[in-house]
Amino acid sequence: MTMLKIEGLHASVAGNEILKGVDLTVNAGEIHAIMGPNGSGKSTLAHVLCGRDGYEVTQGSVTYLDEDILEMSPEDRACRGIFLGFQYPVEIPGVSNTYFLKAALNALRTYRGEEELDAVDFLGLVKAKAKLLQLDNDLLSRGVNVGFSGGEKKRNEIFQMAVLEPRLAVLDETDSGLDIDALKVVANGVNKLRAPDRSTIIVTHYQRLLDYIVPDFVHVLQDGRIVKSGDKNLAHELEAKGYSWVATAGNS
Amino acid sequence: MAEPTKPIDPSIEELASREYQYGFVTDIESDTVPPGLSEKIIRHISAMKNEPEWLLEFRLKSLRHFLTMTEPTWPHVTYEPVDLQSISYYSAPKQKKQLDSLDEVDPKLRETFDKLGISMDEQKRLTGVAMDIVFDSVSVATTFKDKLDDLGIIFSSFSEAVKNHPELVRKYLGSVVPPTDNFYAALNSAVFTDGSFAYIPKGVRCPVELSTYFRINSAGTGQFERTLLVADESSYVSYLEGCTAPMRDENQLHAAVVELVALEDAEIKYSTVQNWYPGDAEGKGGIYNFVTKRGACRGDRSKISWTQVETGSAITWKYPSCILQGDDSVGEFYSVALTNNYQQADTGTKMVHLGKNTRSTIISKGISAGHGQNSYRGLVKIAKGATGARNYSQCDSLLLGDKCGAHTFPYIESKNASAQVEHEATTSKISDDQMFYCRQRGIGEEDAVSMIVNGFCKEVFRELPMEFAVEAQNLLSVSLEGSVG
Repeated sequence: MTMLKIEGLHASVAGNEILKGVDLTVNAGEIHAIMGPNGSGKSTLAHVLCGRDGYEVTQGSVTYLDEDILEMSPEDRACRGIFLGFQYPVEIPGVSNTYFLKAALNALRTYRGEEELDAVDFLGLVKAKAKLLQLDNDLLSRGVNVGFSGGEKKRNEIFQMAVLEPRLAVLDETDSGLDIDALKVVANGVNKLRAPDRSTIIVTHYQRLLDYIVPDFVHVLQDGRIVKSGDKNLAHELEAKGYSWVATAGNS
Repeated sequence: MAEPTKPIDPSIEELASREYQYGFVTDIESDTVPPGLSEKIIRHISAMKNEPEWLLEFRLKSLRHFLTMTEPTWPHVTYEPVDLQSISYYSAPKQKKQLDSLDEVDPKLRETFDKLGISMDEQKRLTGVAMDIVFDSVSVATTFKDKLDDLGIIFSSFSEAVKNHPELVRKYLGSVVPPTDNFYAALNSAVFTDGSFAYIPKGVRCPVELSTYFRINSAGTGQFERTLLVADESSYVSYLEGCTAPMRDENQLHAAVVELVALEDAEIKYSTVQNWYPGDAEGKGGIYNFVTKRGACRGDRSKISWTQVETGSAITWKYPSCILQGDDSVGEFYSVALTNNYQQADTGTKMVHLGKNTRSTIISKGISAGHGQNSYRGLVKIAKGATGARNYSQCDSLLLGDKCGAHTFPYIESKNASAQVEHEATTSKISDDQMFYCRQRGIGEEDAVSMIVNGFCKEVFRELPMEFAVEAQNLLSVSLEGSVG
């Protein structure tokens, strides 16, 4: 089953074209890594997939589960199962992490015509998932991301993913700012969420994370285009030779 | 796990589209005196209410002083002046006789309060709230009286208190807010018609929340109620106040006076959810809410805490204050003021430290949306003798959109070198990042704004009694309707 199909995608931010014809197909159950140097358009791609304001699609199409999603609001896309793990999770003071997550989960459930979870069931779910990510109970009752360390913020993102159980997860630089122990916890969380009906796109700079989350495919995004695709070995090759190697080698 | 913020309720959207839901008018016969302000009118009102001579004197003295005063212009608000001669100063639902029980209340009146979601029935016992209801100028019903009587707690309409406990009323009336205090307090002292009175005897902890619900119904009237609360030594009371009014194109004046007295070791917690009609989206109509509220911590170790959620009224002009006379007494002010469309609010507090080691806390959250103008004005005054006094003030403003305004006017006067006064202020906007984060998790725009705003107000909401907190959060969502995008 095809989860996501991106064809000839061009997108601009404030009049500057960042994506210049991206093609990508992600099937159910697959993990894809998108790598590339700074400014290559990786984060733009992640935000365009999630419908952020200010990112203008000028050409091409994005089909998710056989539906064109480009006209959908961010919340509709989220409700249909697209999740973005943020590179810089934002703070929302005064709104507890648990409360926020309960609102999100119930918004999703309502959209899908399911009943909202009551407080007891929700608490049970949260406790179980928090354990998976080794998240302190203290972080659950604090304001969303307020006073969290960099590592805690990233773990919190994957924790949210675990609770919301998306069909398609886009993890934007989830490894940045993590020490090796935190990296393992996060990777372990993502691996546990691997499922035949779930796909994950990992946007990253470094091959490091891919030692722990083994991707089915690796793509190199450069100057707004995917210039090279391969299997997990491509990541190692990149690590050894650098991105400039891709530019000179061309697409194979 | 504690979950103090509001549950996301699918009804919020429904609430938001409902606009001002209390804007209906009850078709009920009223006794209304002709418009205008004069000694004759005041004598007439006093006579209608069978008042004692001393109270008439109090009114007339207030009126004479009032006539020498001019309307204040220092608040950061603009409005057409009120024509005080065009207001009727007394309007009461016609009742054939003195009511013996709640069952005798006019069915139309009962219907009104049912619509407002206020039950006059003793079933209120279940929720632990004793309620006095003021409709236009008079108190129509006080619930839950027997139980309070057993404890020696007096809770009644002001008029009844004047009849039944004249010595208490006379002793404390005007002792915190003298009739000469300000323009609107003088006006109120001359013309006030009813309100609530409560007295908590020594050592009694009032087991229920006392509550007054105010409703302006008649056109061309003002509401001038008077509330007096006295907490005797080592007593405790929590008091709630709510208010609504019909939608009318004209501006109606609400000029109340609230006086609180806390004696030694007593504590008063006073909570308000103010939802007077704010006017329409173009700024037409709405209530002028010009109110004087003040509490005196007379005794040592006494405490007065004000919590207010102000979402209604075209113009709000009020400064619930604490006079900290007793040593080690404590004053608190927690406020959420929201202005949307063309609403204006100039609100804050005064903390006057007179006694030693007195402490005060001010937490003010101003939210401006649409063309709303929101000002915090606060005075912290430390007298010479207030050794060891401490104050902490925090004023946060949140702006939604780019046509609204937030202003802060803090005044600090300290005459004692040992005093510690801290003031913090922030102004922020809901960021695009916050909105996108919420929406990416499936939370729609209106709900996201409501959630972020509620989070911003959390420190104040958690001071509210449980039931009120939920009401306040819903009210905020409704009042923010149309402020997104």
